[in-house]
Amino acid sequence: MPYALCFLLFMLGLYCAVVKKNMVKIVIGIMVMEYAVNLFLIMLGYRFGGSAPIIDRSQLEAEQVAASFINNSVDPLPQALVLTAIVISLGSLALMISICVRTYEKYGTFDITQIRRLKG
Amino acid sequence: MSIPLPLFIAVPLVMAFLLPMFGRKGKVAATFLANLVTIFLLVSAVASIGKSEVYEIGKWSIPLGINLVLDGLSSLMLLAISVVSAAAMLFSARYMEQYTAKAKYLSLFLLMVAGMNGVVLSGDIFNLFVFLEIASLASYALVGFGCEHEELEASFKYMVLGSIGSIFVLFAVALVYGNTGTLNMAYISEAIQYSGMNAGLDFALALFIVGFGLKAALVPFHAWLPDAHPSAPAPISAMLSGILIKTLGIYALARVVFNIFGVSVSVGWLLIVLGLLSMVAGAFLAIGQWDLKRLMAYSSISQIGYVILGIGLGATLIARGDNLAWASLAILGGLFHLVNHAVYKSLLFLTSGSVEMSTGTRQLKQMGGLAEKLPITRTTCTVASASIVGIPPFSGFWSKLILVIAAVQAQFYWIAAIIVFVSLCTLIMYLKVQRYVFLGELPENLQQVKENKGSMLVAMVFLACLCVLMGLLVLVPGLKQAILEPAVKVLTDGLKYSVDVKGM
Repeated sequence: MPYALCFLLFMLGLYCAVVKKNMVKIVIGIMVMEYAVNLFLIMLGYRFGGSAPIIDRSQLEAEQVAASFINNSVDPLPQALVLTAIVISLGSLALMISICVRTYEKYGTFDITQIRRLKG
Repeated sequence: MSIPLPLFIAVPLVMAFLLPMFGRKGKVAATFLANLVTIFLLVSAVASIGKSEVYEIGKWSIPLGINLVLDGLSSLMLLAISVVSAAAMLFSARYMEQYTAKAKYLSLFLLMVAGMNGVVLSGDIFNLFVFLEIASLASYALVGFGCEHEELEASFKYMVLGSIGSIFVLFAVALVYGNTGTLNMAYISEAIQYSGMNAGLDFALALFIVGFGLKAALVPFHAWLPDAHPSAPAPISAMLSGILIKTLGIYALARVVFNIFGVSVSVGWLLIVLGLLSMVAGAFLAIGQWDLKRLMAYSSISQIGYVILGIGLGATLIARGDNLAWASLAILGGLFHLVNHAVYKSLLFLTSGSVEMSTGTRQLKQMGGLAEKLPITRTTCTVASASIVGIPPFSGFWSKLILVIAAVQAQFYWIAAIIVFVSLCTLIMYLKVQRYVFLGELPENLQQVKENKGSMLVAMVFLACLCVLMGLLVLVPGLKQAILEPAVKVLTDGLKYSVDVKGM
């Protein structure tokens, strides 16, 4: 069920990016898609009632790490991936918004149906 | 001499962040340093031919750490990237004097090169995504570099479609991780062989094809390319058309399809259909264009179709269990066409930049009779046109011939016919370029036109010489064995990739 909702969020973002006429709304749609994918990554690693994947020294010495640790802790790797993906999407968001602003300065509108100098 | 693999990424990356500090006064020094970097990369890429190695970053052994893999296909792509970027950088030394903020341009250029080198060397699927984003972000900014009406519009269009492509790739990476539990390409491939495909992996493969197809501008996803490539400054058009769409699109797609998921008949046919659509649609759209760079951009779509057709044909033949020699011939044709297209299309875009810089226009109807005024540009442009059309001694002929032979041997006669037909369309569009740019009457306002000097000419002549000599890559057995065959072998071996990487 959560996966279906996450996919719904992704499709909403895609719909927004494809259908909307306003440049800023297109950017928002792309970002919603990005966040849906980030959410999906986080959910992959999440475990209901899981613990943080940290081993302390006493556990290591007792050598009882394996089974209980693997069964209880959440997967930390997707969190690292999401962190990277968020930084990348921040960079692309900044670039997209600055291009929107520059385009508005030139054309005086955000409406992509009126920004049509390139044809063919 | 062996160069540590991370240097291919680290040197341009570090230099990219150093160059903006030079500012307005240190422009000459910045240009010199940037050229030094691209030439260093060219030398290193030549030195790395025929080697195959795995570098584990920070000595973390795989699958715990991230690895860089150099194999035949990677070194072929590295070579193509460094040749085109060295020529484009040399060209921009003079061409970019028209623009302000040259140091920033050089910085973005090197960032793009670092990203592309990262994509071809990465052995980790998430790392591949990160480098893909580095290269794409730099290219979005470079397309809009002029900050005029058309450039901003094209950049926005490119950016929206490019971002959607990147997000699809990220989604596919997440799905693959969820299904296999690893991000290392060799281990993913092994896990998929062990467990077989399931619905999630099928969906991931579809997302990969759409995502990389958007980056490669295959025909249903091509809408951004004819706007983005002409709007960029000429050396950047050369980089984008020559190498970026191939690295981010074709290379990544081939790697994923052949080495990670393994080929299947349906995917092979999908690639063939995408390739044929791109070839035909690109060629038809190109003939009607009156903007010089726009015509070349559409012809890029058509040429990228040849590459994907060769690779798809190979995939189908391998998956059907047909004669492996035919499959490797088809893949050889595709990859050789990729390298050839990198050289002659970047040369064509550089000559278009030279014409634009001299005449101040890109409209074919406003030009004419420039043959006497721009002799060297004319010669190099003719060489590149002959090459892209496929006139015998030039490079394009050999790759198209190999593709036709492969198609005939595999008894796809209609594919061979389409290849020849699209070649004819290409002939028409480049005859049009020759006729309207270099022949005919010289308009009044272009009487004072002068040939460009210096580094621009060096870059164009360098690429033109390559166009003539590239045929040797298949004709001389030694060169073929050293450069092309290892790359073909990586793809025909397919899933053996995981064993190879772990064994190194």
